[in-house]
Order: sequence, then structure tokens, then C-alpha cells
Amino acid sequence: MANANVKPLEVVFWLATLLPFVVTPNYLSLASQIAITALFALSLDLILGYAGIVSLGHAAFFGVGAYTAGLIAKHYWTEPLSGLLAAGVASGVLGYALSHIVVRFRHLALIMLTLGLGLLVHEAANSASALTGGADGLQGFRVPAVVGFKFDLYGTTAYAYALAVLFSCFLISRRIIHSPFGLALRGIRENATRMPAIGAPSRAHLRKVYTIAAVMAGIAGALLTHTTSTVSLETLSFGRSADVLVILILGGAGRLYGGIVGAIIYMVARDQFSGINPQYWYFWIGLLLVAVVMFLPNGILGGLAKFSRPRS
Amino acid sequence: MLASLAGVLFDGFAYGMLLFLLSVGLTVTLGMMNFVNLAHCSFAMVGGYATVTLMNKAGWPFLATLPMAFIAAGLLSIFLERTLYRRLYRASDLDQCLLTIGIVFISVAAFAWFFTSEQQSAPVPEYLRGSVQILGQSFATYRIFLIAVSLAITAVLVLLLERTRFGARVRAAVDNQRMARGLGIDVERTFMITFALGGGLAGLGGALAIQMVGLDPSFALAYLVYVLIVVAVGGLGSIGGSFAAAVLLGISDMAGKYYFPWLGAFLIYLVMVALLMWRPLGLFGKR
Repeated sequence: MANANVKPLEVVFWLATLLPFVVTPNYLSLASQIAITALFALSLDLILGYAGIVSLGHAAFFGVGAYTAGLIAKHYWTEPLSGLLAAGVASGVLGYALSHIVVRFRHLALIMLTLGLGLLVHEAANSASALTGGADGLQGFRVPAVVGFKFDLYGTTAYAYALAVLFSCFLISRRIIHSPFGLALRGIRENATRMPAIGAPSRAHLRKVYTIAAVMAGIAGALLTHTTSTVSLETLSFGRSADVLVILILGGAGRLYGGIVGAIIYMVARDQFSGINPQYWYFWIGLLLVAVVMFLPNGILGGLAKFSRPRS
Repeated sequence: MLASLAGVLFDGFAYGMLLFLLSVGLTVTLGMMNFVNLAHCSFAMVGGYATVTLMNKAGWPFLATLPMAFIAAGLLSIFLERTLYRRLYRASDLDQCLLTIGIVFISVAAFAWFFTSEQQSAPVPEYLRGSVQILGQSFATYRIFLIAVSLAITAVLVLLLERTRFGARVRAAVDNQRMARGLGIDVERTFMITFALGGGLAGLGGALAIQMVGLDPSFALAYLVYVLIVVAVGGLGSIGGSFAAAVLLGISDMAGKYYFPWLGAFLIYLVMVALLMWRPLGLFGKR
């Protein structure tokens, strides 16, 4: 697969992710939030960008991962890596269970169903307040260190931790995308009826990628828990599902880097405009969304690719 | 227990009627053009705020503001249809979803800006307050009014769609758009009028909803889910289906809140997911 070769621009990009340590040391907490959001968007890209599964309830997996990590840290142990793993397994199990439902539907029914499932998980967490703390969220725990490095006030460890996990998951995703399995996924996205005709087990493929995406979203959620020491119901909300969709579409779906670029732009912009009420912030997000759909159908990266290669 | 059962059924029915008004427009437009309009409840919100503004700023009586709510929401939906929606009729579900979510975000922020994010109130006139005693059971007057208005609108709507030439055009376009075009029906125009009608009805629903469920800028998102459930369960393009689904949802939501308050909205979402899995096209969906 010629496409799998590492391009120089990719190396530059990942080296640039180290810049915040020296250039903007005051913004490392923000940088770690960006890395977490980017990982979440990457997981959505796997199912939406490559397999064509539109999901309005992806936050379910993010939230389950966040709560799993939070519950483990609160009641059992505070070693983060095993918590990360457990969160991935928990959301992976949920993802595998739901994948049997999700892959049967397409189009409108799929959108409604993912929305419904997302709300169902959110409402379940809200009702089970004895376990999850309900609307107050989960608090009163603290993860002291990761592999010997203490979490500090400036977020140096937090960013290094989040970036390392993001990079590992990115490498795995990249490997998946360039494998024959990844090619089969794109085939399903482009023509869902023809793929079974040439002998590809479409639904098995879709179930597999849905589970993988769920695991990654769960890991992203667990990262958020470990770096912020709180879990709120918001991690499961429709707002978060919509946000990650916006981020991915803004950056460009089906491009691996789309979610990361989208996360950087979205989170930095939100941080810069944090002076204004979050309610008004959504006005600009809405406007951006309308503009992207109308004028940049393939997101920012898609627009750039078109700009640099006018023939395509 | 029995008396409270009648009360729950009545309240649930009134609530269901409200949901029907809010969602019937979406059922028709979604069934007709396959356009996933998640901004439908924003139209309802426009109607609600039109009523609030006219009553509190201009001093109009409540009943007189209702047609204005209908007109305001209808005009806005025509404007959006002409400028944005029509360009995306052939786009993917995802693009339509994103565009309309964008519009929801804009509307939520815009109303928060102009009206603050506080609950708005539109006090109803004296004769709609209080309650009526029937067989020892008291029924809120406003809810009786709501049910009467909704039933009247349903009757008009059914007559319009089943008995008029315009209705025949709409049904033809819903069933087979290409064939309808081939027969010389101006599908675009038909759609625009239907769209305005659907948006207007949502606006009316939003105005009538103030008294029952309140109105604040989060309305567009909070009721979106209920509207989608009605549409998904009722089946696209089926008015009867929406009616049944709205009543079912209204009553089960009220009963759930009354008998199992600890479950919250969990029950509703469970019913929605289960019904979608069982019949992805809705209870009365044909295609």
C-alpha cells in the first residue's frame, strides 16, 4: 500500500505537537484537552469517515469510558494506565453489544437510532445516581501520577500523557485504515450493497470497526477523567456528540488528521472566546457549521487538498 | 387510583396533542423530501417568542397572537427553505443533519441574546384558567382548550390533504416524486407551501406550549428529541401515524412521570429504540 508511506508533512505535524511544551507552557492544560478531543474525533472518524456510519450518540462511549475510569479511581485503585485499559474494555463491550443493532440500519433510521441509544445511556447514568452521582457527577478522587510522573499544576504531565495516548491510537488507526480491512470499510461506505456481492462480510466488518471506535472513544473519556479528576453527566450528553461531529466535519471526515485539525481549531477558538457566554459561542459554531456544509463539503483539510491540487 | 388514572390519561392526551402539533409538519416534510430537518423545533420556538413578544410588548390578547405565531414561523420556514434547504435536497443525510443542527445552535444563541435565557411567560386570559369539574374529576381548562384546538387543526389538515386538489398533489409528491413531476405537478412549489404549513403549525404548537411546558432558548433542543420520536414511531408522511404516536408518547410520558418518576425519560427512549428496531419505518410507515 503506497498510501501507507509516512509523508514528511506528517512527521512535521507530530513534531509540532511537542511545541506547546516550550512555546506555550501556560496553555498545556488546554493542549491536553485538545489531544483528548482529537482522540475522540479520531474514533468518530473511523466509523463516520471510513465506514459511513453516521452517529449522533457517540458520546455514549466517551462517557462510559470516563465513568469507568472515574469509578475505578474512586473506589479501587488510582493507577491510570490500567484504568485506561479497563475503560476501553468497558466501552468496547458496550460498543460491541450496540454494534449488532447499529449495523442493521442506514440513513435516517440509523441517525435516529444512534441518537436514541445515546440519550438512553445518558438517561440511564442520570437515573443511576447512586453509582454515577447523577447530576452532581463523580468527584472526590485524584489520580496522583502516571508511570512515575506526578500530575502537576501546569498540565505538563497531563499533556504528555494525553499526547502519548493520542499518538498510539493514531498509529493504530493509521495501520487499520491502510490495511485490507480499512479498504473494505471504504468499499462499504461507497456502496453498501455491492460489497457483500463480492464476498465481503459487510456487517462483520462494520461491527468490528464500531467496536474499535467505541474502545478509542472510551479511552478518550478515561483520559479526560484522569486529567481533570471529575466526571460529569455532560460527558454523555447530546451536546458532546454534536460537538465531536462538528469538530470532525470542520476538519474533514475520512482523512485521519481531520479530527485532530478540527479539535485544534475548535478548542483554541473556544478558549479565545471563553469570555463570552457559552450560549453565544454556539451562535458562531452554528454559523461555522452552516458555512462548512454550504461551502466546504470536505472540511478544512478537504478544502486545502483541493486548493493545493486543483486538478482533483 | 382510578381517578388519578383518568387525570393521567387526560394530561397525557393534552400533552400528546401538543407534541402532535409540534411534529406533524416534520412528518410531512421528512416524508415528502426526505429532508432531515433537525431545526423543526426552532420554528416552534419562533412561534413561542412571537406570542410572548406580542403579548408582553404590544399588549395583544393571547388568542390574537396565535395566528401571528403561525405566520411568523411559516414565513421563517419559507425563507430558510428558499435560501438554504433547497440546495441540500440531494445531499446526504449527514450534510442535512449538520446544516440543521447549525441552524438550531444559531437560533438557541440568538434567542438567548435577545430574550435572555430565562423562562418566558405569556399569561393566558381569565377564561382559560382554572379547571372544570366533570364527574368529580377536575380538568384544567387550558388543556381542554389545547385539545380542542389540536383536534380542530387535525380535522382541517386531514380534510385539506384528503379532499382538496392541493392535498392530492402533496400525497402524489410524497408517494412518488418523479411520477408526480411527470404528471405536471409543480413539486417544488407544493413542497414550499407544505413546508411553510408545517413550520407554521410548529410555531402554533410553540405558542400553545408556553403555558404547559414553558419557553426558553433550550426549547429547540429539548423538544427535538420528542418530535423525532413522534416522527420515527409514527412513520414518515403519515398524519394518522403521527397522531397515534404523539398520543402514545404523551400518555406514556405522563404515566411514566407519574408512576415511575425515578426512571425519568429513560422509559421513553427505551420505547423509541425498541420501536425503531422492530419497525425502522415507523408503526404506520409504508416505504
